[in-house]
Amino acid sequence: MTQQNRLANGGLIDRKRQLTFTYNGKRYTGYEGDTLASALLANGVDIVNRSFKYSRPRGVVAAGAEEPNALVQLGATESTQVPNVRATQQALYEGLVAKSTNGWPNVQRDLMGMVGKMGGSFMPPGFYYKTFMAPASMWMTYEKYIRKGAGLGRSPTENDPDTYDHLHQHCDVLVIGAGPSGLMAALSAGRRGVRVILCDEQEEMGGSLLDSRELINSQPATRWVSDTLDELNQLDNVTVLSRTTAHGYHDHNFVTLHERRTEHIWDRATPANGRPQVRSRLHRVRAKRVILATGTHERPLVYANNDVPGNMIAGAISSYIRRYGVVPGNSLVLSTNNDHAYRTALNWHEAGRKVVAIVDARPSPKGTLVDQARALDIRIISGSAVIEGKGTNRVSGACVAAIDPAAFKVTGKVEELECDTIASSGGYSPVVHLSSHTGTRPQWNSEIPAFVPGEVKGMTPVGSVTGVFDLKTAFDTALSAIDHALEEAGDTSSSKVTEAPQVDAIQEGPCCALYQVPHTKTTLRAPKQFVDFQNDVTASAIEIATREGFESIEHVKRYTALGFGTDQGKLGNINGMAIAARILNRSIPEVGTTVFRPNYTPVTFGAIAGRHCRDLFDPERYTALHQWHVEHGAEFEDVGQWKRPWYFPKTVNGKKETLDEAVARECLAVREKIGILDASTLGKIDIQGPDAREFLNRVYTNKWAKLAPGRVRYGLMCKDDGMLMDDGTTSCLAENHFLMTTTTGGAAGVLEWLEVWHQTEWPELDVYFTSVTDHWATMTVTGPDARKLMEEVTTDVDLDRESFKFMDWKEGTVAGVPARIFRISFTGELAYEINIQANYAMKVWLELFDKGEKYGLTPYGTETMHVLRAEKGLIIAGQDTDGSVTPEDLGLQWAVGYDKPFEWIGKRALTRPDTSRKDRKQFVGLKPKDANVVLEEGAQIVLDPNQSIPMAMVGHVTSSYYSAHLKRGIALAVVKGGHERMGETVYLPMADGKVHEAEIVSPVFLDPKWERQNV
Amino acid sequence: MFHIHCPYCDEYREEEEFHPRGQAHLARPATPDTTTDDEWGGYLFFRDNERGIHHELWVHSVGCRKFFNITRNTATYEIHETYKMGERPSVTAENLPDSQHQSGVQAATSGWQTVGARPESASLNQEEQV
Repeated sequence: MTQQNRLANGGLIDRKRQLTFTYNGKRYTGYEGDTLASALLANGVDIVNRSFKYSRPRGVVAAGAEEPNALVQLGATESTQVPNVRATQQALYEGLVAKSTNGWPNVQRDLMGMVGKMGGSFMPPGFYYKTFMAPASMWMTYEKYIRKGAGLGRSPTENDPDTYDHLHQHCDVLVIGAGPSGLMAALSAGRRGVRVILCDEQEEMGGSLLDSRELINSQPATRWVSDTLDELNQLDNVTVLSRTTAHGYHDHNFVTLHERRTEHIWDRATPANGRPQVRSRLHRVRAKRVILATGTHERPLVYANNDVPGNMIAGAISSYIRRYGVVPGNSLVLSTNNDHAYRTALNWHEAGRKVVAIVDARPSPKGTLVDQARALDIRIISGSAVIEGKGTNRVSGACVAAIDPAAFKVTGKVEELECDTIASSGGYSPVVHLSSHTGTRPQWNSEIPAFVPGEVKGMTPVGSVTGVFDLKTAFDTALSAIDHALEEAGDTSSSKVTEAPQVDAIQEGPCCALYQVPHTKTTLRAPKQFVDFQNDVTASAIEIATREGFESIEHVKRYTALGFGTDQGKLGNINGMAIAARILNRSIPEVGTTVFRPNYTPVTFGAIAGRHCRDLFDPERYTALHQWHVEHGAEFEDVGQWKRPWYFPKTVNGKKETLDEAVARECLAVREKIGILDASTLGKIDIQGPDAREFLNRVYTNKWAKLAPGRVRYGLMCKDDGMLMDDGTTSCLAENHFLMTTTTGGAAGVLEWLEVWHQTEWPELDVYFTSVTDHWATMTVTGPDARKLMEEVTTDVDLDRESFKFMDWKEGTVAGVPARIFRISFTGELAYEINIQANYAMKVWLELFDKGEKYGLTPYGTETMHVLRAEKGLIIAGQDTDGSVTPEDLGLQWAVGYDKPFEWIGKRALTRPDTSRKDRKQFVGLKPKDANVVLEEGAQIVLDPNQSIPMAMVGHVTSSYYSAHLKRGIALAVVKGGHERMGETVYLPMADGKVHEAEIVSPVFLDPKWERQNV
Repeated sequence: MFHIHCPYCDEYREEEEFHPRGQAHLARPATPDTTTDDEWGGYLFFRDNERGIHHELWVHSVGCRKFFNITRNTATYEIHETYKMGERPSVTAENLPDSQHQSGVQAATSGWQTVGARPESASLNQEEQV
């Protein structure tokens, strides 16, 4: 294929470096410096997509981020697929592979187009809502086919092979946009020595200067751009980020930048200097001052058939001609309401192609550019506009007529001009998106007419985003913005080292307000006039929406889908608002503006995730004994970030034990001989200070005044609403020194809880808290033979039943290592919890196994721990409680000090009417009538299984296991008024229709006299 | 994402280092036992939900672990000040410039909510700073 639309000269492309690429399976050529869109236009590819709803052929409309049509699926391999890439922003590289994302079976011959053609009027706004609503159950079926027809891009089915970085940056001045005002601001700030970041989303920096006809210092504008960039690149205090989109503007001048480092080279990250590099970087920038130099987007005019390929916005045509040496047609009609767009006709003319006419909506256009066009004998039809485009797959003509924009009427005869390209310009909308991200509403400026950025603290908009379009003012506002910003920041070096370059003044006449162009027929009867190309929203759709009562622009937007595409309505939103305003007979600012939200253009998930994926997604915490567990085949359970051994399956006769088999074996070992648990993950908080005891008295429900050194006590911690929050033991290490344990998951929360009370409520108490969870490894040796094993590993601790009692702790050595030994039990068996400095834990653990083998020492995991404690009716905070359970509900009144002098946290709430109700859900045991049944955790409990649905539920199962020791299923539950219901039968209806029967019993299933732990 | 000045570290740090802990200056009744159920319920469950000036308790959870207060505008997200435990806010509904009232910003009647900023506690907090 030849590049028939490529000019012989001109543009910023490198004609010596030809590139081949594949689009929809066909091979084409382009040049280094092209975008995919410019290369397609050079090759005369008119149709790049099928429209979303009507399946109409669509061509390239724009040249930048605002492009609604030319969305492609990029990537040569499955793992490198990227959906919905704007061809206008994708640099061409050798071997690029792209497909249009829309159109089935293909864009040239599209089946869905049949529906569009015959169904135009059958698809009003809200079509999907209205048509596919009933029956509701069928929506899932409809949706599958609708999506296929709509055919947005698809995500890859293989893992992304690339890596991505996050960078945290701080700067004095962040300049967003490297057009004339952005470059000027960056240069001025850079020369004054402050830290500057300059970013621009395009392949090249320079913005509008890249296709400017104007001279700067009597040289082409691109020369000033490259000189300025050269200087900026040499300044150490300036970071220049090209191909970098500022996509989100958050609180307090926090701006996220997406820097694409390799996407212009290949579809996966290429090595740099022989080393792998990241595909893109996400810069998280905290800027003292943001200079918003984001420029404008040109608005197209809304006229009939304005979506036929060959209709483009005027400025885009200038870009293609001057930046890429591509003229996307042969004969041009320009429809405009302003002087600026005349440049397009002048560029077209200079490229040697025919300008059929400039159709200007203003009755008597005047200005430098108008004069230049007249001097070239270009026909100017004033007071008129293109009211309709002709053609199906490509523009073949333009209907032009005199119009009265204010009265919204065609006032003259319609003339049809032959052409293959229609350029339109309805004015310039400042790119206010980023400022809107902060929550600031844009302000309407009736002179341009368009929205300009609202006020954002720490941000200064400069250049055309402020609604001032001439180059001289752009430079001047940029310089004064920097002076002002640095002065405000206390920079006294305000010697003006930078002056604005010389530019020729261009006289431009005022534009006139024109959005939708009137047609000889009414909007509803005229051929479709598109407002939002990506979502196929027409002027008549907006009219219908307002007629149906959707008057707020936010409602119109949702009903019609205006601005809901991946382009967020960059081209169409203001035109849509203007149409709604006209029909509602209000002004545009009265109709309001919609809110732009991050991201400005789509950001890949890879960039957002950065390194926070796979192994680095979340930290994993290992105990000091983790390696031993791995080597002994433990299955692990995640408890918070901890990896805890869940159970230790053995291989018996070549078969690995199941969870149930392993747990049964581990349980019996503890009940009959001896087991060992790595309990290191339990939270441990070291509490010291003269008021430590008083503090414990206030945060725990029970009494601490008389706990002597060497003693341990179980404590309940409530919130001030009286609900249990956490439990654990606290040991008195010395008069002013305690060691508190918490649940594994509750450790951080409990520490913060202690701190908040100490710091905000009782700062007068002299006490401090230190987390020592990781400092100590904890091993629980438990079972009838526990003392025998302990006697073998410790020589200096008196283990006698009478002198080392239950709830005592002693200091000594275990396996020659200093240790704290606690006689506390979570199994109901004789138990010693040994705390060892974590670094020495493995030696002790190994010695325990060395000596313990003859007793049948069995390692057990969290599952066995759960079963053993459930047999004893011991709660797990967070499993058997859920933030609505009081100590009294749990039957733990013995651990509540009602008569303590200080009104401890949670006490007052226990006498509120709700907490003292008799029918609160109370903690009980459940014995299934069928011993083999293991109830489902979470199963609901009813008193009468024969009642009608919905049944009155009186409680639910909180824990349930098979007890190998008791040879039956056991469960813990909460039941309304359960403490008074001992012996009653309750029912548990299951989803499959089965109903289990169970008896309410004491939660202590085994050894109700608690003798086993004292053997 | 907020940029928060920790009054104890005396530095601006990123929001990721902090945790919000809800409304500041909530008074825990001094003698709970003699407090009515209504008063106790109000302390437990009722919070302001202002569009405008709001005093909040935050903790520098992965920094100095100190609790402190923020006066923040919930409509604009502007942080007017941060102050230590035991100190009083200088920006309140009462002294907010009229211009901000006129622009539709409401402000909580900050009144004098005591806890966490009891004046007599100020010296104790400062002593802790070594």
